[in-house]
Amino acid sequence: MTDSSAQSTDPVVDMRGITVDFPGVRALSGVDFRLLPGEVHALMGENGAGKSTLIKALTGVHRPTWGEILLHGEPVEFAVPAQAQNAGISTVYQEVNLCPNLSVAENILLGREPRRLGAIDGRACRARAAGLLERIGLSIDPGSALDSHPIAVQQLVAIARALAVDARVLVLDEPTSSLDTDEVAELFRIMRVLREEGVAILFVSHFLEQVYEIADRMTVLRNGSLVGEYLPERTDRLELVSLMLGRELGTLEDVERRSEERKPGTAPVLTASGLGRAGAIAPFDLEIHAGEVVGLAGLLGSGRTEMARLLFGADRADTGTLSTDGRAVRPRGPRSMIARGVALCSEDRKAEGLIADLTVRDNLVLALQAARGWMRPVPRRMADALVDEYIEMLDIRPADPGAVMSTLSGGNQQKVLLARWLVTRPRLLILDEPTRGIDVGAKAQIQKVVADLAADGMAVLFISAELEEVVRVSDRVVVLRDRRKTAELDGDGITVDDVMSAIAAHDEQGTAVAS
Amino acid sequence: MNVLDLARVRNRVERVPRRFLPVIATFLVFVLTFGTGAVRYDGFASPQVMTNLFVDNAFLIVLAVGMTFVILTGGIDLSVGAVAALSTMIAAATLEAGWPPLASVSAVLVSGTALGLLMGLVIHFFDVQPFIVTLAGMFLARGLCFLISVESVSITDPVFRTMATGTITPVEGVTLTYSVLIALAVVLVAVYVLHLTRFGRTVYAVGGSESSARLMGLPAGRVQVGVYAVSGFCSALGGLLFSLYMLSGYGLHAVGMELDVIAAVVIGGTLLTGGTGYVVGSVTGVLVLGTVQTLISFEGTLSSWWTKIVIGVLLLVFVIFQRLMMRRAT
Repeated sequence: MTDSSAQSTDPVVDMRGITVDFPGVRALSGVDFRLLPGEVHALMGENGAGKSTLIKALTGVHRPTWGEILLHGEPVEFAVPAQAQNAGISTVYQEVNLCPNLSVAENILLGREPRRLGAIDGRACRARAAGLLERIGLSIDPGSALDSHPIAVQQLVAIARALAVDARVLVLDEPTSSLDTDEVAELFRIMRVLREEGVAILFVSHFLEQVYEIADRMTVLRNGSLVGEYLPERTDRLELVSLMLGRELGTLEDVERRSEERKPGTAPVLTASGLGRAGAIAPFDLEIHAGEVVGLAGLLGSGRTEMARLLFGADRADTGTLSTDGRAVRPRGPRSMIARGVALCSEDRKAEGLIADLTVRDNLVLALQAARGWMRPVPRRMADALVDEYIEMLDIRPADPGAVMSTLSGGNQQKVLLARWLVTRPRLLILDEPTRGIDVGAKAQIQKVVADLAADGMAVLFISAELEEVVRVSDRVVVLRDRRKTAELDGDGITVDDVMSAIAAHDEQGTAVAS
Repeated sequence: MNVLDLARVRNRVERVPRRFLPVIATFLVFVLTFGTGAVRYDGFASPQVMTNLFVDNAFLIVLAVGMTFVILTGGIDLSVGAVAALSTMIAAATLEAGWPPLASVSAVLVSGTALGLLMGLVIHFFDVQPFIVTLAGMFLARGLCFLISVESVSITDPVFRTMATGTITPVEGVTLTYSVLIALAVVLVAVYVLHLTRFGRTVYAVGGSESSARLMGLPAGRVQVGVYAVSGFCSALGGLLFSLYMLSGYGLHAVGMELDVIAAVVIGGTLLTGGTGYVVGSVTGVLVLGTVQTLISFEGTLSSWWTKIVIGVLLLVFVIFQRLMMRRAT
């Protein structure tokens, strides 16, 4: 869609000066947003920029404090999601919001089942559901239970449900975050079909490639305010990213330079020799020195997490020995490794137990209190000082120690989790996918923090699926393939290509040293 | 096409047992316990013993139906026994005061439903645990009984007496009471509501995922309040049937019955987490409890408290069975 044709049509949705306040936090201030029929409009911004809040204001979940919403030129006010749906605005949320205990057909038509003589007409239900599934090209049995399908299919079922209301506006809030490439392609095919039918689609995604592939127009938010509306063909990626971040990408280069300057220390904080566990990872040797960042690269399922769990004592090793500061350890569980200054920040922040109802301060102090033992309460002044320090260091937003955890965005929750381990001042920090699912800005910050920590003498084992990131932050990169350590790349000049070829290399075992 | 059909058939074969497995298991337990009785005792396998299961447990069936609605949404209602007792009391007291039977029955049903509705409103609007709210309701209803009368009040009204003692003989050798017919009617209506109305669908949806139900624009709040009103109504109706059974109103009627009801519903395959279960399962659960009771009374030498022990064991076995099934599913 071109610029001129877009301007010739009236917007379906016109949001003007939308302001949303939460207790103690202004989540959105005076944001304008318009959505034209037959376009895919990407809503861009960092975590916590206000994307979800804007969507929820549109769909009747949150009520704007100020501002008005025009639908087809008429002012509307939605008190509950049902009203927005009845007005033709359907939403598919990031986490599939369907009922796993019901069948596919029941989920698609919940609340608008065809009825005959007052009773739900089961046959008509199945037929309608089948029709809607066919419209998006999904061939599954409408009578099958929803939880018998993978998440990707459930996501598409959610879209079929959105279509059941004959939606004129379809809101897709990060629908691709749990889909693989083929599934994303399938989703985009469906989106293009709907766009042809004149449906206005609001699309949120962290993946810039996807946005450039599908979006006709982009609106950028930052810190709850509008930055502007842009056309993808006239805005390149770098420009878009700096619009989202509100700064140049200097931070990233900064990280790279620092890690090159650093020299590994002498005493290894952790030494593993011949450590292995049947079925999890083959015996490997590893040394991590103070002040060093060791990257762990490999494909999904190559044994990255398994290695981290062995080093952390979460799993018991079958073979080999582990020692910290030259003293042998036989870990009987994470507690014994924590006592020796090892911390593991896992990839799953929900299971890791951030407590959603507590404040940022309380969450931060939890791990510290656990490390000190219940006999020695953390003084309030010390807690406040620590909390302020880490909020500033990690740029946690909102910068309010009293903010309740559940009001923070995903990326900021991740930062609090990281800070929670940092306050215990570990000697070795194992980070398992610390940047998964968070945006570019937060990623850069976390990478910078890692570099700073290492400069202060902490040893870091950095695990990530993104090779660029691993290469950028690490002094050394350990490559895993098929649950086996296959290479250790050392030196200044490691490139992504080196790591890739190490991952792809055949039969070569042992240690290869690049440059 | 062929492959798709095959997959569809296999899907169906795999699906049906998993959804219905708990109910099928309950039914098998019922057949097993009844079969044990039939083998061990002469005259156990008569149609009348079977019918008596319904006659003696009609009120329990009605209470279990209401409880099923509540548990399907993931809630719990501890007040049903006390509300049933209050209902016997209101019925007995109003009849004694000379009210016409119809007015008396209406008063019972309205007050029970109102109490349930009130609890539902508190649970919904103040976002309080159903456990606590219905516990408070239980104490309230029990206390109100004794406010009306500390003594047992007997029912002498001729209409109630006829309803209580009147029998129907649809087949030779089988005698039913009116209570059984009322209970079966309640079951039929409940099945209709749960499976063929939007209210029923929403009950299942709220139990599956309340936040999803809300985001899907379903009237989750109305349904949450509604199920407690349904349970209140069923408690009142169950209380009426109990007053026919006992022909008296008394504050110490139906003590601890809420726990029997919950046990029956759980044994009937309804998950306490909500979203899964069937009214028919709950009815079968009541029949299992009734059969155990009958078995022990046929045994003669055993104390009736053995019923409690057997029910306790059954309950535990079923909950563990459900847990294992959930684990296999994930």
